[in-house]
Amino acid sequence: MIRFREVTKSFGAKKVLQGFTLDIPDGQTTVLLGYSGTGKSVALKHIVGLLEPDSGEVEVDGKVVADLSRDELAVMRASIGYVFQFAALFDSMSVFDNVALGLRQQGRSEDEVGHRVETSLDRVGLKDAMVRFPSELSGGMRKRVGIARAIALEPRYILYDEPTTGLDPVTAAVIDELMVRTKRDLGVTGVVVTHDMRSAFAVADRIAMLYEGRVHAVGTVDEIRHTEDPVVRQFIEGRP
Amino acid sequence: MTDHLNLIGVAQLGFLRRTGRWAVDASRAIGMPRVWAPLVVTHMRRLGVDSIPIALFLAVFTGIVLALLASYIFTGAVPLYFVGALVAKTIMMELGPVLTGMALAGRVGANIAAELGTMKVTEQVDALETLAVDVHAYLVVPRVVAATLMFPVVTAMAIAVGVISGWITATSLLDLSTPEFFKGVRQFYQFKDIWFGLLKSASFGCAIAVMGALTGLRTQGGAEGVGRSTTRAVVLGCEAILVLDAFWALVLL
Repeated sequence: MIRFREVTKSFGAKKVLQGFTLDIPDGQTTVLLGYSGTGKSVALKHIVGLLEPDSGEVEVDGKVVADLSRDELAVMRASIGYVFQFAALFDSMSVFDNVALGLRQQGRSEDEVGHRVETSLDRVGLKDAMVRFPSELSGGMRKRVGIARAIALEPRYILYDEPTTGLDPVTAAVIDELMVRTKRDLGVTGVVVTHDMRSAFAVADRIAMLYEGRVHAVGTVDEIRHTEDPVVRQFIEGRP
Repeated sequence: MTDHLNLIGVAQLGFLRRTGRWAVDASRAIGMPRVWAPLVVTHMRRLGVDSIPIALFLAVFTGIVLALLASYIFTGAVPLYFVGALVAKTIMMELGPVLTGMALAGRVGANIAAELGTMKVTEQVDALETLAVDVHAYLVVPRVVAATLMFPVVTAMAIAVGVISGWITATSLLDLSTPEFFKGVRQFYQFKDIWFGLLKSASFGCAIAVMGALTGLRTQGGAEGVGRSTTRAVVLGCEAILVLDAFWALVLL
């Protein structure tokens, strides 16, 4: 389980998270919704220790992330796949090597690396793109390679940062379907940061809405869909 | 006044903290040869071999200018075969390493800072971290090792080409024969001249790569941030060369 406890985080004078508290239960996909700049991606980066809170705690499986040694952090990160907003693929590497890097880092044999890379790319429908480079891929394909890179490590958690941003509706639906299938087939716990309502309703078991640096509302898809909370309603309906 | 002192104190503490953290990161990364060793040869080619043309281009013209300058200074005062001594000694000990270092600070320092800076702003560095890859072992150490090993090689080539171009200039444009030129070279040559220049160039390579990598990894913002880091890496690299040049002169001469 992932837990945020009264997390605060500022960048200079800008307060991003202000007492952010949320439990992310295992085996479900939790969507973090919210306006741009409300700290959704910042919250995600705290889970893998890319950022440290100014105060408060982030726990993964009962361990406080900020208290982990470098080696413990590496072990914890091996259990978490991270899909970046713009995929963050390594430009100088082929698709195969992008997906293989984390596995090689774990010291796995080349046979096992090859098998798992092929399986992961097959799962996202990109087995034929193994020898291509990121610059030769479309936005949707890059995101799918990012997902393949995450699932190749067979993680317990996958964190998706704006997985459908910048994609056309059909490609976005393909990514949504991929996220649902990944959870169903691999049993991973998902955390999805998005402001795309259609995507949120498609993939979520639970939705938490961030507003002014903290969780404003949390509930199942139906609860959020039918809430009367004016802030949530305004966001769902996209009213100015 | 107190406020100013406080600010200076805070800045110094920040610098010391960053330096301490970097030293810890670097020592840990060096102890991970499984990560960085396979990448060294690739970077030796990119940072070293690909830099040979610019280094040799500089060396050719340095040799020409030095020969003409020596002839201008010595005519009527010192025997002309001293041209050989001045050309060889100056290129081996000073101009070869320093000019090559300066040129490579632009090429190698900028290359490293721009590449790592772009990786930083496009979250590729974060992606490496989430894959539990040690960023310093994977990105910094192979570049620093490659530059430290390859700068002396490139500098040695530049020294050879510089002396040859000085010799050709002396024999074709000045009233100096080949035996006279090499008489001057031999008369003042010491083995130290060579290793002093190559040792300096190794330290320049190390410093330039470290500056490039650190400024690259501290890049913030988008393309503008990458541009700032690149410029900063080149300036810091050139400054490091001048400081190290003075340091080695004080210590070894």
